[in-house]
Amino acid sequence: MVTFTRRRLAAVALVATTALLGATACGGGDNEAAAGGPVTLTVDVFGQFGYAELYKEYMASHPDVKIVERGTGSNLDEYSPKLTQWLAAGKGAGDIVAIEEGLLVEYKANPQNFVNLLDHGAADLKGNFLDWKWNQGLTADGKQLIGLGTDVGGMAMCYRKDLFAKAGLPTDREAVSKLWPTWPDYIKVGEQFKAKNTGAAFLDAATNTFNTILLQTAGNTTGYSYYDTGDKLVVDSNPAVRQAYDTTMDIIDSGLSGRYGSWSEEWVSAFKQSKFATIACPAWMTGVIEGNAGPGAKGKWDIAQVPGNGGNWGGSFLAVPKQSKHQAAAIELAKFLTSAQGQIGAFKAKGPLPSSPQALADPAIVDSTNAYFSTAPVGRIFAEGAKNLKPVYMGPKNQAVRTEVENAVRSVELGKRSPEQGWADAVGNAEKAAAK
Amino acid sequence: MAVQLDARPPVAPTPGTTRPSRSVRLSRFDTRYSPYLYIAPFFLLFGVFGIYPLAYTFWVSLHDWDLLGADHPFVGLDNYSELLADPDFWHSVVNTLGIFVISTVPQLLLALWLANLLNRQLRARTTWRMAVLIPNVTSTAAVAIVFAVLFGRDFGMINWLLDHVGVDAIDWKANRLASWVAISAMVDWRWTGYNALIFLAAMQAIPRDLYESAAIDGAGRARQFWSITVPLLKPTIIFAVIISTIGGLQLFTEPRLFNSGTNAIRGGPLRESQTVTMYMFENAFAPHYNFGYGSAIAWLLFALIAVVAAVNVLLLRRLGGGARKEDSR
Repeated sequence: MVTFTRRRLAAVALVATTALLGATACGGGDNEAAAGGPVTLTVDVFGQFGYAELYKEYMASHPDVKIVERGTGSNLDEYSPKLTQWLAAGKGAGDIVAIEEGLLVEYKANPQNFVNLLDHGAADLKGNFLDWKWNQGLTADGKQLIGLGTDVGGMAMCYRKDLFAKAGLPTDREAVSKLWPTWPDYIKVGEQFKAKNTGAAFLDAATNTFNTILLQTAGNTTGYSYYDTGDKLVVDSNPAVRQAYDTTMDIIDSGLSGRYGSWSEEWVSAFKQSKFATIACPAWMTGVIEGNAGPGAKGKWDIAQVPGNGGNWGGSFLAVPKQSKHQAAAIELAKFLTSAQGQIGAFKAKGPLPSSPQALADPAIVDSTNAYFSTAPVGRIFAEGAKNLKPVYMGPKNQAVRTEVENAVRSVELGKRSPEQGWADAVGNAEKAAAK
Repeated sequence: MAVQLDARPPVAPTPGTTRPSRSVRLSRFDTRYSPYLYIAPFFLLFGVFGIYPLAYTFWVSLHDWDLLGADHPFVGLDNYSELLADPDFWHSVVNTLGIFVISTVPQLLLALWLANLLNRQLRARTTWRMAVLIPNVTSTAAVAIVFAVLFGRDFGMINWLLDHVGVDAIDWKANRLASWVAISAMVDWRWTGYNALIFLAAMQAIPRDLYESAAIDGAGRARQFWSITVPLLKPTIIFAVIISTIGGLQLFTEPRLFNSGTNAIRGGPLRESQTVTMYMFENAFAPHYNFGYGSAIAWLLFALIAVVAAVNVLLLRRLGGGARKEDSR
């Protein structure tokens, strides 16, 4: 009797072990029918892409498709490592994934993870995108198209009218634009603002401004920033980088920065508490400002021209990972979302500036205003510049190098390093990061 | 995919052969092998979730392993030699050890003191004992976020209070030592009560008559504490120190959430509060995606924990041994 019980226990133990192993081995994996029947498409995004209405429209015309969006409102810093892990693991990624321009270069280096959209009739869509935006989505050999462009990051300067009034500066957007044709002029205005002791800083953080100046200067001169077009690291030899660095040091020297680390909790609080008066403002930033400053600040913000001349920061692409089980349906949806109509819909919802020339010329964009920003004619401000944007080439480790250089700027801003030490850090650490 | 294992005993032999009867052989099989089956679940789970990842991490650390790359060339111990010469790695080790010392030493002393208080005859004793555990029940993320706000530079309550007593605002995130203190405060808030309860449990196992005879010999509370309680708690203290060492050297959530915004994983522009695990993440994931290098960091961290735990145990043995001699006199 005893042996019987023990044997049964042994069997139970074995079965339990088997079951445990089995349970761990078959986690995940949806066995949805790939052909026919309803399909659920997952779209992975970060921040605000403004697709909610478009999904409804698409699902209405495609009753067999259900769309789920993940990651809405998340930080790009949280999103991109997740996406990379999904791609490396071969599962987990959505059927459509959003990829930011600065990170696209890294994904392009391993194109085997993505469906070649050229094999699925995307070549016909070339005319729907600004030339450079289309080319950014292509691999170096031009044979594979990884992503279809969504938006571009045309530049402006957002400012607080109430704080400007307090400091005795003009508040009208035309007049404000005339105050700062160049960055040195911007600094002069900042010094006037600072002298009035409004209790607010002139700008949020030197890092955002540095990136703006860099992308603008690089776009207007060399056409590349940290890497040249041969993928050689040129942090210390590209005059555009040095010029942007020096201008940023002048801003820091003048004590204009509120030193709120960008995207930190203090930065968000500073929006709410009206602690700074201006912020460099790519088109997609308008949505960020509205989200951070909240409804209480509606009508207090306005948008003026950016100092210097134009420039582009950011903008994204939609790609279809090879691991998707519904590639054909996903490609069709990606084409819809990146079409001129799709881009107009997104712009109306959350403000990302279209990368389609047809959309940029459409009255729905050109005549649009933004109620939150004192009904500023955002369509005219951003769309006019967008057609003449000069793109900046980005090399393989762009993100890692940018991190090092911006942290060097930040360490000077916080008074931990002199400008010379900061520059040495930037060059040295960038080399180290590029080699990793 | 379930692994198919046959739970049944071997099939019956073909008739006609002269072997011991079926039940005898089954019984022999049973006595010999069932004990292994009973303990198998643990070892299988440990193998799957413990040994395999450990070995695989080591395997990865010997390669130049780009997370997205198609091929991963073998590089031998290159990742390790590079790592040993990497100032940022040693910087993160110093940070980790600094935070560990600042948090653990006061934490365990405080826990010992709390346990001693809770061991007395108090009114509503259970309530007090439960109360010290409450911080441990709160989620690390919630604690970290609240503390990050308390320690804010411009809008934080701590700086506001300091301002009232005439101390200049401290930039808790940009000052290396200050960031260590802030993170240690979070760790202590959560774990002091937990350790106090462990000490309390051990204290209750100490026979009362020891204290009574000590009292008769004229020993005061303090003397009793240092000459009876502490020496008899030695095994528990060693346990608590080892657990705290492991936890302290793997510290991640608190410093990670203390730093918010872009590249929070860096722990500040000059890596002021970046711990080893954060450095590991920075390399294995964004922005470097260098899995091989990250794995090498994981292994060195493992070695570091083993060394620090051993040093702690040796130190404690010394201390405890001294106390015992004194006790036996």
